[in-house]
Amino acid sequence: MALLFCGIFAALAFSFSGLILTSNMQVGALNVTTETLEDDGDGNMVMAEGEPMFPRPEGGLALQGKQVYIEMGCIYCHTQQLRRADYGADIDRGWGPRATVPRDYILQDRVLLGTMRTGPDLANIGGRPLNADWHHLHLYNPQTVSEGSNMPPFPFLYEVKEIADTPSQNALSFKAGSKYAPEPGYEIVPTRDAEALVAYLLSLKIDYSLPEAPILD
Amino acid sequence: MSEALKLQDQDMTPYSTGDKAMRAELSEIDASIRSAALFFTISAISWLLLGTVFALIAAFKAHQPDLLADSALTTFGRMRSAHLNAMALGWGNNIIFAVCLWIMARLSRVPIRHGGMLLIAGAFWNVGVTVGIFGIIYGDITSVEWLEIPSYATPLLAISYALIGIWGILAFYYRRSDHVYVSQWYILAALFWFPWLYLIAQIMIIWFPARGVVQSVTNWWFAHNVLGLWFTPMALAAAYYLIPKVLGRPIYSYYLSVLGFWSLAIFYNWAGVHHLVGGPIPVWLITAGIVASVMMVIPVIVVGINHHMSVVGFHKEGWRSPTIRFVVFGAINYTITSMFGSAMALRSVSEVTHFTHFTVGHAHQGVYAFFTMIMFGGVYYMMPRLLRREWPSSGLIQLHFWGSAIGITLMVVALQTGGWIQGMQMNDATIPFLDVVKNTMPWLKARSVSGLFLLVGHVAFAINFFWMLFAAGAVRAKQGPTLLEDEAKGEGAAA
Repeated sequence: MALLFCGIFAALAFSFSGLILTSNMQVGALNVTTETLEDDGDGNMVMAEGEPMFPRPEGGLALQGKQVYIEMGCIYCHTQQLRRADYGADIDRGWGPRATVPRDYILQDRVLLGTMRTGPDLANIGGRPLNADWHHLHLYNPQTVSEGSNMPPFPFLYEVKEIADTPSQNALSFKAGSKYAPEPGYEIVPTRDAEALVAYLLSLKIDYSLPEAPILD
Repeated sequence: MSEALKLQDQDMTPYSTGDKAMRAELSEIDASIRSAALFFTISAISWLLLGTVFALIAAFKAHQPDLLADSALTTFGRMRSAHLNAMALGWGNNIIFAVCLWIMARLSRVPIRHGGMLLIAGAFWNVGVTVGIFGIIYGDITSVEWLEIPSYATPLLAISYALIGIWGILAFYYRRSDHVYVSQWYILAALFWFPWLYLIAQIMIIWFPARGVVQSVTNWWFAHNVLGLWFTPMALAAAYYLIPKVLGRPIYSYYLSVLGFWSLAIFYNWAGVHHLVGGPIPVWLITAGIVASVMMVIPVIVVGINHHMSVVGFHKEGWRSPTIRFVVFGAINYTITSMFGSAMALRSVSEVTHFTHFTVGHAHQGVYAFFTMIMFGGVYYMMPRLLRREWPSSGLIQLHFWGSAIGITLMVVALQTGGWIQGMQMNDATIPFLDVVKNTMPWLKARSVSGLFLLVGHVAFAINFFWMLFAAGAVRAKQGPTLLEDEAKGEGAAA
């Protein structure tokens, strides 16, 4: 019977050490780096002096926005990982300039790779030609900018306000005649959560090379 | 072998004859766990109904995004996660605690001691799940798949799980049986594996987050093993117990069941990484996961042969027994979904199916068409023995079976067909993404229809169950078990 228990224990211990502990050693050893490495003369590849380090740390309003992303469950329809050019069409669709690699995620407290693409990948959403106005309209009601989408609207991240003297600077700018626009005399303004979420989305950028994953053009 | 042969001498129904001493012993064991098992079953069925409601809301929102869109509480991500946790931790774990602890006690031939303590631990488990699901809906969701329950509820879950799981291990430890039956291996192993998985996942993802994508590797090591090392062994244990019991014949091959158990134990827990194929993790990890996924063919074929050969020739009897009908449906789906799973791990297949509804269909075939259907079979077998009365309505059992069987088949076919199309189109960059989304709509609508079938099945099940439980006077005394055929010729026939 001790044998049965030892077998039961060993089976899981095997995969735990094989998958979890070894990947923790391998990925845990990764650090920030410069985009390219240079030869120090002795045949060692070292980081280039004075160059910026990547990936960038998370922080500020964007990090608060990541919390909103988590609370709204965005991960259940959006991934944040790009597959290599000849595997799937992630790069061909213009979702990003290169595949993402383990080092891209080392500074994240909560890694949100995701496994579902009901909507497109967002690893590089901040690097695509979509500005904050577009994101606010899209979050307020996706039908305003991509009709036929099945993304849920997030009107509760916005406030309907009566326009006082002059319209607020950050009010959503609907297309003329849009059926989603508020009644005349009213405006839709983002809450702090919406501002943070958009800041987070705009911060998601794969616009840098890594020694093991250069951006080629 | 000897145990399997002995099994057929034990009770076929609560009222059938057999070894008198063994019958008395089983009655004593049943009585010792009655209140706890009933509590777990009632909790499980309540969560099943609630989980179905969450599921329908999420399913309809996938093609009617404006539905219930004015509140953050009912946004898609939260409803979907409330559904998953209500089903996995509410329905799944409660029904495992009910059926598998009962099977463990019976096979170990020891009454459960201090059943009241087990009941209290069970109450805390359900408080934990309730708090967790409120947390998810009110925005404390973690957005870590299969671990959405916020961190203030998980310690309660971990502690109450430990208290519950210990009862199964103690029953095994104090066993009076001279032979250990295959169901006991599965249950013992799963009771031990689950807390390990859960604790490591909590520590490495939530409490002290590991660096970068180690979190993701841990996440899928955990999430896939919840299926592979928790739900699967528990359902297989139930099937290995129920098939010989109801049909009154031993399991086909003892040696195959040994092979099946150990190959599952060794291969399944490496397989989870296949959820990250193509992803930003070291490639050797993914390759290891793919190899293990393909190796899973061995335990699946072995168990499939063993179950099939145990039932073959008894199709008529099986079809009439509610237990066997559900269990066989589950066993067949285990083989199918596992074969799909092995294929889906291959890089060339995963390139299409990954990130699509195909995977959602696959997951439901595993957790519902396999696990849940076998557990339904277990409840149909267990309840008459705990309550000493029969199921009041064979019509409601029929409705349950057909609602569930048609519903889940439709769901799996719709999601996998739609998911394959979605994957093929997504990999063709010339098709605009929005068109890919629109093309999934008919399949998502079919999924919602399938959910309505499941709802009908679950409501029929719940009515029959609570009718049996509370309306004792209304249940006619019968000579034999409730079977699924015309009343006239069904009465008194052998089970």
